[in-house]
Amino acid sequence: MLIYLLKRVGLGIVIVVLAVSLLFIMIHMVPGDPARILLGPRATPEMIAHLSFKMGLDQPLFVQILKFFGNLLRGDLGMDVITNRTVADIVFGQLPYTLWLIFTAITGAIIIGIPLGCYSALHRNSIIDRVTGIISVACITAPAFVVALYSLLIFAVWLHWFPAVGAGEKGQFWDQVSHIVMPAFAIGLSWVGYLSRLVRSSMLEVLGDNHIRTARAYGLTESTIVYRYALKLAVLPTVTVIGVGMGFLLSAALFTEIVFSRPGIGKLIFDSISTRNYPVVMGSVLVSTILFVISTTLSDLINAWLDPRIRAAL
Amino acid sequence: MKEVIKRVAADPLGLMGLCLVTFMVLSAILASLIAPYNPIALNIMDRLQGPSWSHLLGTDQLGRDLFSRVLYGGQVALKVALVSTGVSITIGTVLGMIAGFGPRWFDGIIMLFFDTIRSFPTVMFALATVALVGPSLSTVIIVIIVTQIPTYGRVVRTQTLTIKSSEFIKAEIVMGASTFRILFVHILPNVVGPLLILASMDIPTVIALEAGLSFLGMGVKPPTPSWGSILNDGYTLIRNTPWPIIAGSIPLVLVTLGFTFLGESLRDQLDPKLRKSL
Repeated sequence: MLIYLLKRVGLGIVIVVLAVSLLFIMIHMVPGDPARILLGPRATPEMIAHLSFKMGLDQPLFVQILKFFGNLLRGDLGMDVITNRTVADIVFGQLPYTLWLIFTAITGAIIIGIPLGCYSALHRNSIIDRVTGIISVACITAPAFVVALYSLLIFAVWLHWFPAVGAGEKGQFWDQVSHIVMPAFAIGLSWVGYLSRLVRSSMLEVLGDNHIRTARAYGLTESTIVYRYALKLAVLPTVTVIGVGMGFLLSAALFTEIVFSRPGIGKLIFDSISTRNYPVVMGSVLVSTILFVISTTLSDLINAWLDPRIRAAL
Repeated sequence: MKEVIKRVAADPLGLMGLCLVTFMVLSAILASLIAPYNPIALNIMDRLQGPSWSHLLGTDQLGRDLFSRVLYGGQVALKVALVSTGVSITIGTVLGMIAGFGPRWFDGIIMLFFDTIRSFPTVMFALATVALVGPSLSTVIIVIIVTQIPTYGRVVRTQTLTIKSSEFIKAEIVMGASTFRILFVHILPNVVGPLLILASMDIPTVIALEAGLSFLGMGVKPPTPSWGSILNDGYTLIRNTPWPIIAGSIPLVLVTLGFTFLGESLRDQLDPKLRKSL
């Protein structure tokens, strides 16, 4: 187990380092001087030289990458030369918004999706099962930004039920809640479909297992069998799927944050890429990559811990 | 092949998927014949109209006919889906077979490469690339190719690993068959089935990604119509008219549904075992 843990964490670190180096090389390959682009067309050569020096752009690429990782180990993500704040400050200021959004969306999807899948599995081939099956597929395939656009159109523009823009006033709990409903819905909808199908198929598989037959033979009530024994095993795959799905969640969050003009790391990445603010791009992409790697690693570990079959294979 | 289509068509969802996909492909190919207007012709007098007999889906802020734009947008979506899926399947298959059949250290490197690409959320990778290289259809296609290679590569690798240890491959090795022959004559036919299914399930993601990037203004350049750019027009006009959003989203949702139904039906017909591993 310990060796497995070390291996997974090691692989995670290697991936982060490779991903960041790749991004560095890509930024370096862009035609045009980032300092010149940042300062605009009226910049004097002295101003550009000064900014290049300040951003470390005058040094070779290799040195820049090493320096970036050196600083990273000290928790320093660099300075944003435009606002003169540290990048870490900016990124971690935006991160909670995205994390809350993703957390709300996935919690909602779990609360609706798992019982739905459970019901479908227990009433296999009934009309409700078929209808939820088709609706689930429709939900899965609907891109998050399309769902976001429709909820904006229907619930904000036509019905005025929820506010269209922003994340609400700081400290005003209900205001923030009303601002998170639509974005969370846009991200969570496809997960409702996905989770319900996943739980349905794994539930059907578990219900056919020998230990369930044994439990039946012992005369346990159907609800004990379903909720105490079968469901516990049937929800296992959802842990992995949510962990691996972090990338999709972050991508969906990016779209919804843009549609609802909501602060968050996705909007930060989009805005900083549009303005070519490379230090912020690096910082925010780094943080979201780390987030992704941590969540996949965690979900693998949790799965190994929950499922004795995997644990034995390690 | 004929047999497979017959079996897919016998399944109601499969038939629906087949119809939707055929419908989309035909309407995209025949766009220049069906479309009542030039998709980029401006007509300020008729701007922001609702649906009518002369404009089936209404017009946008510049008076362009939305129905015609949707038809031509289908061409963009189809092109991106076919080109990028085709190329990434080819590269992914070759890399996957080499990883599965070649030496272990090489397998390790390829897998690390796959994992690294996978560790970027696709959209962020796409945004970063587009921001660096500039928005264009070919950039979108290249980004999609790079991000989809690992999907196919991994499946092919797993399949190759399984087949590698089977009796008939061992026999081939003993008989002195070249590695090239083993890979392309004996292993390749065995991995094609799962790849087809995977591709059909993956095309919706690809089409949605193209639409998403065009929606963010990072895909096709205006005035070229794409479902994503129509949706972007709809987003800016959301308080004036709902029609661009409706026009842009209907084909997008129908096509993704069609390919998903088709893929699931193909999977059920061809390879019930795959149900678990996908």
